[in-house]
Amino acid sequence: MADDQSQHGELAPWDIVQLARHPQRPHTLDYIRGLCEDFVELRGDRRFGDDRALLGGVARFNGQTVVVLGHQKGSNTKENIAHNFGSPRPEGYRKALRLMRHAEKFGFPVLAFVDTPGADPSMASEERGIGEAIAENLLVMAELKVPIVTTVIGEGGSGGALAIGVADRLLMLQYAIYSVASPEASAAILWRDASKAPDAAKAMKITAQDLYRLQIIDEIVAEPDGGAHLDMPAAIAAVSAAIQRHLDELRALPAAELRHRRYDKYRSIGVVHHAQTVALNAALS
Amino acid sequence: MKDFLRRTQRGFTSSRKPEQQIPEDLWHKCAGCKELISAKQFQDNAKVCPRCNYHERLDANEWVSLLLDPDSWQEQDAALAPADPLGFVSPKDNYAKKLQTLRESTHRQEAAISGIGTIAEQPLVLCVSDFAFMGGSMGAVVGEKVARSAERAADAGMPLLTINASGGARMHEGMLSLMQMAKVSVALARLGEAGQPHISLLLDNCYGGVTASYASAADIMLAEPRAHVGFAGPRVIEQTIRQKLPADFQSAEFLLEHGMVDMVVPRAELRAVLGRLIGLYTPKAHAVNAFASGNNGAQAFLRGA
Ligand SMILES: [Zn+2]
Repeated sequence: MADDQSQHGELAPWDIVQLARHPQRPHTLDYIRGLCEDFVELRGDRRFGDDRALLGGVARFNGQTVVVLGHQKGSNTKENIAHNFGSPRPEGYRKALRLMRHAEKFGFPVLAFVDTPGADPSMASEERGIGEAIAENLLVMAELKVPIVTTVIGEGGSGGALAIGVADRLLMLQYAIYSVASPEASAAILWRDASKAPDAAKAMKITAQDLYRLQIIDEIVAEPDGGAHLDMPAAIAAVSAAIQRHLDELRALPAAELRHRRYDKYRSIGVVHHAQTVALNAALS
Repeated sequence: MKDFLRRTQRGFTSSRKPEQQIPEDLWHKCAGCKELISAKQFQDNAKVCPRCNYHERLDANEWVSLLLDPDSWQEQDAALAPADPLGFVSPKDNYAKKLQTLRESTHRQEAAISGIGTIAEQPLVLCVSDFAFMGGSMGAVVGEKVARSAERAADAGMPLLTINASGGARMHEGMLSLMQMAKVSVALARLGEAGQPHISLLLDNCYGGVTASYASAADIMLAEPRAHVGFAGPRVIEQTIRQKLPADFQSAEFLLEHGMVDMVVPRAELRAVLGRLIGLYTPKAHAVNAFASGNNGAQAFLRGA
């Protein structure tokens, strides 16, 4: 399948992009129904509407009540239109915010699932403050008093993904991607040629392996041979085990310690130099 | 206001030449109405066109001169410099080289400056993005400066003012730049817990990951007239919906109408508006000259100096 597979037979980043977007790949509702019992969907943002691109509710995960939420893509064109291809409008993010506050009120952990090409780019979304909706979620997740475990199950598209991703633990499926801009958009901007998306997929470091090396994610959840869509029960079992393990660790922490660690986790991301070091390196090279 | 650019600028690492008297017969072509106006009049009017009210972009140092009390500015974290964590190179782009070129041409390490100063003798922390440096985009250093500014404001008990013009997250740093949105958010949450306000001033233009993080995560949202602010850029939206957008779409006035900002403030009124606002969040007894003690202004302020 790859025209430039590595010597170890690993998939090229562009192949992983195709797997991450595979229409038959398990989506958020598949994980929620596979991981949990007694799922009750809670709908609407209580402000404007109910966004079908971001779903959530309460459910029982290994005996414990949790709040679950995530971007929902479809498996065919009809479903994708109904779910706006997994691109939430402000209402979706405000529903997620409502559910996270709900989780905090009742002491439920939050399990979030990321699978979106990005937030909805439209006049309606801009008019209703899509930027503010994402910004508010980041701020509230920063100080939420209950554990948050986010799993990137398919496509993690930019700020629209991060809006449910400021988690205590960030997990990623083996063939999921997470990027600051889609490979196509990156290629159009930085290569000035959208057809260079395969090059962009490589250079932008968007695979689970890349992001584990960059210390952005906490764990890579292995997928069944050939990808999660070939053995959905196995994929769900792997995600279930990983989430439970992280949740056990997080639930042992007092709320103050939990938030303290979340602060440190995000506060330390990014490489910053001191100008004198830069000058020295330039002089040495 | 008249002499706003003639105040002495000490300690800036600016490429701007020292201000000189502009001859009366020098003309400036307004980018808004394309009319010729007196360059001196334009300069005296803080680069706002007296004919059409077009607000020309100011650089970060000009914002400091315009808004802060003379001699009150103390820049901090000026030496923070970007790395090239992905080793980013494309046939059209080389991040490390681009940074070096910009460092030489702007005499600045990054797309934002931050520090402390006073407005009407009331201390505040200020972080200003500079559109001229890679479109004011947020990589690890801009994120670090915003985060440190928020923490400094929280620790010293001062309001935070951010002045924001940015294309969004800096793509050359990949996911590390996207995660800056989370980094600034955890720091701003701490500022909120400290009970200090964050005032965000939106400039032309502000988009993407900056709009969707600290620029919108503010207690008070101000915008300059006709500034364009949004999450998705107009071209992306036009391509998606396959129709032309209305002329005022994503303008400051549009944001006001849709409830996204508290006010649209003409540049000439900005200092007064900020002075009044900050005063309302600053107990009178605290509005002291905390900056007399040099670099330890914040600490002196904490000690109740
Ligand atoms: Zn004009």
